[in-house]
Amino acid sequence: MISSLWVHPALILILGALVLPFIQRGPLRKIYLLAVPCLAFGFMYFMEPGTYATMQFMDWQLTFGEVDPLSKVFAYIMTLMCIIGTIYGLHVEEDAQHIAAWIYVAGSLGVIFAGDYLVLFLFWELMAFASVFLIWFRRGPKSMATGYRYILVHTFGGLVLLAGIVLRYQATGGDISFTLMEDVANPSLATYLIMIGFILNAAVPPLHAWLPDAYGEATVTGAVFMCAFTTKTAIYALARSCAGMEVLIPLGVFMALYGVVYAVLENDCRRLLAYHIVSQVGYMVAGVGIGTAMAINGSVAHAFAHILYKGLLFMGCGSVLYMTGESKFSELGGLYKKMPRTFVFTLIGGLSISAFPLFSGFVSKSMIVAAGFSEHLYWAAFLLTLASAGTFLHTGLKVPYFIWFGKNNCSNETWEKAADPPANMQWAMGIAAFFCIFIGIYFPYLYKMLPFQEEAQHYAKVVYGSYHLSESLQILLFTALGFFLLIKKLAPEPTISIDLDWFYRFGGRGFQWLASKPIQSVDNGVNEGYRYLGLIPLMTAARFWSWFDWHVIDGVVDGIARSVRSVGSQGRRLQSGQLQNGLLCAASVVAVILIVYVMN
Amino acid sequence: MIVQLIDFLRDRLKIVVWLCYVGLALLVAWDLVFVDKHHAHTAPEHWPLFWSLFGFGACALIIIVSKWFGHCHWFGGKFTIMNREDYYDK
Repeated sequence: MISSLWVHPALILILGALVLPFIQRGPLRKIYLLAVPCLAFGFMYFMEPGTYATMQFMDWQLTFGEVDPLSKVFAYIMTLMCIIGTIYGLHVEEDAQHIAAWIYVAGSLGVIFAGDYLVLFLFWELMAFASVFLIWFRRGPKSMATGYRYILVHTFGGLVLLAGIVLRYQATGGDISFTLMEDVANPSLATYLIMIGFILNAAVPPLHAWLPDAYGEATVTGAVFMCAFTTKTAIYALARSCAGMEVLIPLGVFMALYGVVYAVLENDCRRLLAYHIVSQVGYMVAGVGIGTAMAINGSVAHAFAHILYKGLLFMGCGSVLYMTGESKFSELGGLYKKMPRTFVFTLIGGLSISAFPLFSGFVSKSMIVAAGFSEHLYWAAFLLTLASAGTFLHTGLKVPYFIWFGKNNCSNETWEKAADPPANMQWAMGIAAFFCIFIGIYFPYLYKMLPFQEEAQHYAKVVYGSYHLSESLQILLFTALGFFLLIKKLAPEPTISIDLDWFYRFGGRGFQWLASKPIQSVDNGVNEGYRYLGLIPLMTAARFWSWFDWHVIDGVVDGIARSVRSVGSQGRRLQSGQLQNGLLCAASVVAVILIVYVMN
Repeated sequence: MIVQLIDFLRDRLKIVVWLCYVGLALLVAWDLVFVDKHHAHTAPEHWPLFWSLFGFGACALIIIVSKWFGHCHWFGGKFTIMNREDYYDK
């Protein structure tokens, strides 16, 4: 059955998760928590390209291990982030949180190594199923409802994907292999449906509102995992199957700008970061849409860098939430004296996402923009550059400024509780920060893993060229100037921003209204109708039969009884009990009979 | 150490701001004089200060358009994107 001995990193994480409840509390448990993701990383690291773990299932040849440069670089960053995320959550005592996180990562790795759509779909659903627990375990007043919204949206996406897979299976005469779809230039319905299933997980508007909704509400450690895996696994799936699908370019550019606009309005720091995921994933979606070797390299590199810096930013803001219980700018401010290390780590994440020279975003994001310019897609390239100014404005400037500087809006309680988080959380942030700077400086580390080596080496020669440096620094520093001149306009406002989840939130209420008003009215109408048309005739009939029973049946029965009684009483009168009367009667009767007989 | 450094800079805020302006001026000067622009893809990129103005303009545009979008009364004045925090709880 299994064609060769090859250990899937997802299997290690799933087995590790299942054994975890049997590990005793104490130092051993922490070592175990570290060892499992490290082991998964080790197995991934030494994998050679090839096809592994194939299995015959009914009519299909299923492939669990398709290893090539594209799947390997994604598996590398996913397992690395799993280690960092686990270190960040090392203090979490609840086994179930670790189990959910590891199975979620296993789902992501399963998708990455999937060689066909059936295996992909299996792990795709595993991801959604496992990750919803990372929301529910927050156990806040809104967690349950948010989790249900999240799982329902992803179920819808999964069904669209499945419909696409089934249609494709039929159209191609049984091809389920997960490779570049041949009709991306002129897509069929099946191709569109598969793409829609993928872009829902990549949070492309209008299918994006689940992301800020869920990531703002997840547990502190859960959000660190969630921000890395779902959207970037979707980018992997798009890069493998939909590269060059042109509709993705305008969608990607639109989402890059959409995320920036909503980030301006957001008052909750984790929701702001979530909107910047939408924005940053927009670059990757656009890169996949451009589809050239350089653009795909750019999307992959940016996904790699993004997982690290976004994880770092979520760890930083998560630390603030963990320590103070607050994540709203209007309840924070001036915390640099209380949480200085968290500030530095978050700032490094902010500078990385903003593509500041010497930080990771600089060597990854610019590749996508440059691919846009190379393909003469000037509108896309300029709009993505515009969005990158917005990224620096919010994540590089607004987040650090309004949490650690700015007006101190902290309550006494928040201020008292604020401090740098436990050591394991700082270590995790330190490791992620190290990689953000390391990739920015020693970029061949990342470029050597990219799927198209020739283009990567070519771009490596120009990435730190004077023109690119000057262009980036001018955009970023003059954005900073604009920020400080317009800072009053950016003062936090205690509001929420209504997004497209309005439709299904109020859609749910609409359903409730539908159930309570029109459907209830119809139900009442049917009840009334039944009363008039059914119950009243029934009662009338019942009364009739009651009358019939009383007057006819009972009358007959009673009549017989009365007759018998009357005959009896007559008999009693006849039978007075005196022997001579009885003998007289009997003799009279015999005499009468004899006379009649004789006369005849 | 981090806190002392930040306090040191905050105590000398005017000098820091002044140094930032000098930094911006040096950056522009470097771009005007030394940077080789033959890698530029489009004509506007050759204009002096193009990316500086682009950065500043982008920042202002994003803030103004976003805030307008958030505060604008849509659908006849009954609905704003930025809404009260208990909007969904009613």
